[in-house]
Formats: sequence, structure tokens, C-alpha cells
Amino acid sequence: MHLVDNVLLNIVLMTLVKFAGFVLAFVMGTATVLTWAERKYSALLQNRIGPNRANIGSIRAGGLLHMLADPIKMLTKEDFVPNTPNPILFRLAPLMAFVPALVVFAVIPFGPGETFQISNTSLGILFIFAISSLNVYGAVIGAWASNNKWSLIGGLRISAQMISYEVAIGLSLCGIFMIYGSLDLQDIATRQGELLWGFIPAWGIVYQPVAFVLYLTCAIAENKRAPFDVGEAEAELTAGWWTEYSAMGFAVFALSEFIEIVLIGCVGTTLFLGGWTIPGLHGDAWWIVVLEIGGFLFKSLFLVWLQMTLRWTLPRFRYDQIMRLGWRIMLPIALLNLVVTGIVLTFIERA
Amino acid sequence: MAKVVNRLHPDFATQSYVIEVFKGVALTTRQFARNLFARKDIVTVQYPDDRRPYTPRFRGKHRLMLRDDKSVRCVACMLCATACPANCITILAREVDDPTIEKAPSAFDIDLLKCIYCGFCEEACPCDAIRLDSGVHTIPSYTRRDQKAGVINLMSLGSVSIASQGGEHRAHSHEGTAHGRSSGH
Ligand code: SF4
Ligand code: SF4
Repeated sequence: MHLVDNVLLNIVLMTLVKFAGFVLAFVMGTATVLTWAERKYSALLQNRIGPNRANIGSIRAGGLLHMLADPIKMLTKEDFVPNTPNPILFRLAPLMAFVPALVVFAVIPFGPGETFQISNTSLGILFIFAISSLNVYGAVIGAWASNNKWSLIGGLRISAQMISYEVAIGLSLCGIFMIYGSLDLQDIATRQGELLWGFIPAWGIVYQPVAFVLYLTCAIAENKRAPFDVGEAEAELTAGWWTEYSAMGFAVFALSEFIEIVLIGCVGTTLFLGGWTIPGLHGDAWWIVVLEIGGFLFKSLFLVWLQMTLRWTLPRFRYDQIMRLGWRIMLPIALLNLVVTGIVLTFIERA
Repeated sequence: MAKVVNRLHPDFATQSYVIEVFKGVALTTRQFARNLFARKDIVTVQYPDDRRPYTPRFRGKHRLMLRDDKSVRCVACMLCATACPANCITILAREVDDPTIEKAPSAFDIDLLKCIYCGFCEEACPCDAIRLDSGVHTIPSYTRRDQKAGVINLMSLGSVSIASQGGEHRAHSHEGTAHGRSSGH
């Protein structure tokens, strides 16, 4: 009995440590920095200066203090609830968007072995799909509960958009499962540490370059960020589905969007960029492990950067263009990719 | 003559958008790098510290002009309130001892939240009593009530007008403006 307790306690403690180290420190940390970085980065892209006014005395730190100032502002602002028949749903919606975004990180392997994965499940990627598709509920219910026409139209647009791209994103990743023969993210990451013909890293992006483009596009569309942000479309819909949100409700929505950026980066890294593996580097020495974790974080941040740059480079698509892209271009290409992958795999097995 | 619209006929490579995306990313990244190290492309005006000069025709907060004896020029004729498309001017008239002046406002309120700064009041006024040339932006406030500018408030920006007007103190003097610049029309 005593022994069982100890084992359980150990597991709980380890999980908490991993959670603190990966989710709280890395994911939340990055998301927080992104709130500042997005504004500053976009400003520099567009020949502006960006936020630089928050200060303590004469210290401005290039606007970095806005990360501190924002929470204070958000916490002290009026938390407005519109005249709606569903005030409870209105309150609940930000959480419904926030929690799934955060929970998904449980299965992401950020280092070698079970130690560096919060929960090792053989269903890894399915879990990610299942949970992250819950995300749409937060946005749609928030839009519905706002009792506002702009929100409603925005909610309608994103629900259609997110569900359409869900299909394409799922199919685009199937090729990866076929190649590595596993749904377990840790397995997939480990397999990508091998070398192809002795010098090319066996990364997913090498086997499935088309799938990578599809994945990134669909993931950005899932996250409803520009160029797929018709649900927000500030030129037409004020702020679309989150028009009525203010103070912390808005902050939580915004933060979950940033968390999802990190998530897209992490999943993309795990499936396409070799996960935590570094080509040609194997072993259990502590410095190798540190390097591998660092490599994972670096690759994830690279994808985060790519998403940021795409978001501030491309103009917003029209709504019908988005639907056409999703159903008439993304989906057939994903299917075609799947078929070709299957044929090639069969030939390789025969050979 | 009909205007000829030149339609673009992008080729398939452009329309497929794949290469164009990379080109766009390269462009924005280059601009980012340039702006990170040099400030010469940056166009931001750091507003409260630096200001762009306003044009002389800028319509800012209203002001009520004064007679030579610093009393208000307005004769409460209601023309401005009638002309106002936003219905935001409220004037109460009172009598004046001077027999040559018919009336004067006892209350002259402008709801700055309703005002659209069209300048119709300025044009309607026969006495050059109300003007929008103060060059002042409406100042933000914490309550709606603070956005009602009363007669005292509006006169505090005012100055003596050179336009002639009836009344005992009829005189000409030099015109000054709130910001010391000529409000030349
Ligand atoms: S500027 Fe136009 S809206 Fe404003 S008070 Fe004058 S007439 Fe009315
Ligand atoms: S401001 Fe001019 S138009 Fe308006 S009531 Fe006074 S005199 Fe008449």
C-alpha cells in the first residue's frame, strides 16, 4: 500500500514538474512574449515603431514592459457582459477555447524518452485532433452568446471554416502515419532521427513536403489567423466573433490563439522537422539531451516565426476563397498525396 | 470618355500562390531586418511628442468669440442651433441691459460627443461668434458630462473678433487666435 502511494506520488510529482517546465515555462512563456512580439514584429515589418510607451521611470526596454502592462490593464478594465440571454455561456466560452489549446501539449514529446513527454499515449496525434477540434466550440459559443450580429456572422464563418479545414488537416497528416507506421508522437520523433542514405535526415518534411505545406496552411486556417481571419474581419465585422469581449475574456481568447500558434509549431516540429532529434547525434549523455530539447524548442520557435511572418505578409482571403481553397484545392491535394504515398510505400515494400 | 481598366492576367504560377507567398515572406523579412538596424524607413510620428502641423482649415473644438469688453459676442439668435445637423447645441437666451444688444446666451452648451465637427454652426453665425478654429482636439474625459462644453469653457478659448457688430462697445481691434496663428480664411 505504502509502495503504491509512493509510485503514484512520484508520477504526479514528475508530471507536475514536466508541466511546469514545458507548458508553463515554454508554452505560456512564448505565448506571453508573442503578445508583445506580434505587435513589435508587425510594426517593424510595416515601417512602424510599435509599442514603446510602457515604462517604469525612464526604462522602456523597447516595449517589453507592455507584457507587464497588458495584464494589469486587462485585469482592471470593465468586464463587459452584453445584454444576452446566455451570460453563463458568454463567460464560459473563453475557457472552452483556452483549455483545449493547453491540454494538447500533454502528448507532445519535447525530448528523448518518456521523461520528456507529459503523457505517453500511443494515440498521440489522434488525441491532438480530438482535443484541438473542441476549440471551435469556444469561439462559436462565444459568438452565439454575444447576442450580436457581427459576432454571429463571424461565428458562422469560423465554424464553417474550422470544420472544413479539419478534414484537410487530418488527411494531410495520414501520409506521415503511413510512413512511420505509428500514431505515437514519441515513436514518430524517434524514427525521424535516422538518416536516409546516410546523409539526409529522415524528417517528415523530406518524405512529405506537400503534406507539410498543407499542414501549415490548414493549421493556420484552424487557428483562424490571417490570411484566414474572416471570422474576425475587422474591416467588415468590427471584431467578428469576439466583438463583445473585453478585459480578461478577450485576453483569454487572445492568449489561447497565441498558445495555438505554439502548438502548431510543436506539432509541426514533431511530425515534419524531426521532433527533438538532431541528425547524426545519438546518445544518452546529458549534454546531448539538452541539445536535443534545445533543438526542439528552436525548431518550434522557427515555425512560430514562420506563422507570424505569414500572418503579416498575406492579405485576408475572401470567405468564398477560403471555402474553395479548403474543399476544392486542399482536400484533393491531400487525398492525392495520400494515394501517391500509398503507392510508393507499396512499391518500396515489394522491392 | 470611358476609362479603360487594364485587367491583370496572372499566369498559373502566380495564381497558384505558392511562389508568391515565398516572395512576400522574403519581402517582409527584408523590411523587418532593415528596420531593425536602421530607422530610415520608419514613418511613425510619435504623436504626443511630435505633432504634425494642422492645416489652417482644421476644425477643432469650438470657441465663442468675444467683444472688445470681453463679453460674449453671441446674441443667442439660435441660427447655429438650427443649422446644426447633430442637434447638439443648446442655447438659453437672456436679456441684456445694453439696448443695442438684443440678447445674450445665459447657457450655451455643445455636446461634443454628438458634434460631428461639420462647421455648419460657424457658417450660420451672423456675428462671428462661434468658430471651430481653436486647433484643439476634443479632450478625452472619464464621464459623458465632461464632454458638454458650456459657455465659460467655450469662451475661455475665445478671443476678440475684428468683425463689426452692433452694440455699445462697437470697436475694431486686432484679432488674436487661441493658438497665436492667423485664422485666415
Ligand atoms: S460643428 Fe456641426 S455638429 Fe458641431 S456644433 Fe457645429 S453645426 Fe453642430
Ligand atoms: S453663436 Fe452665432 S449663430 Fe449661434 S446663437 Fe450665437 S450669434 Fe447666433
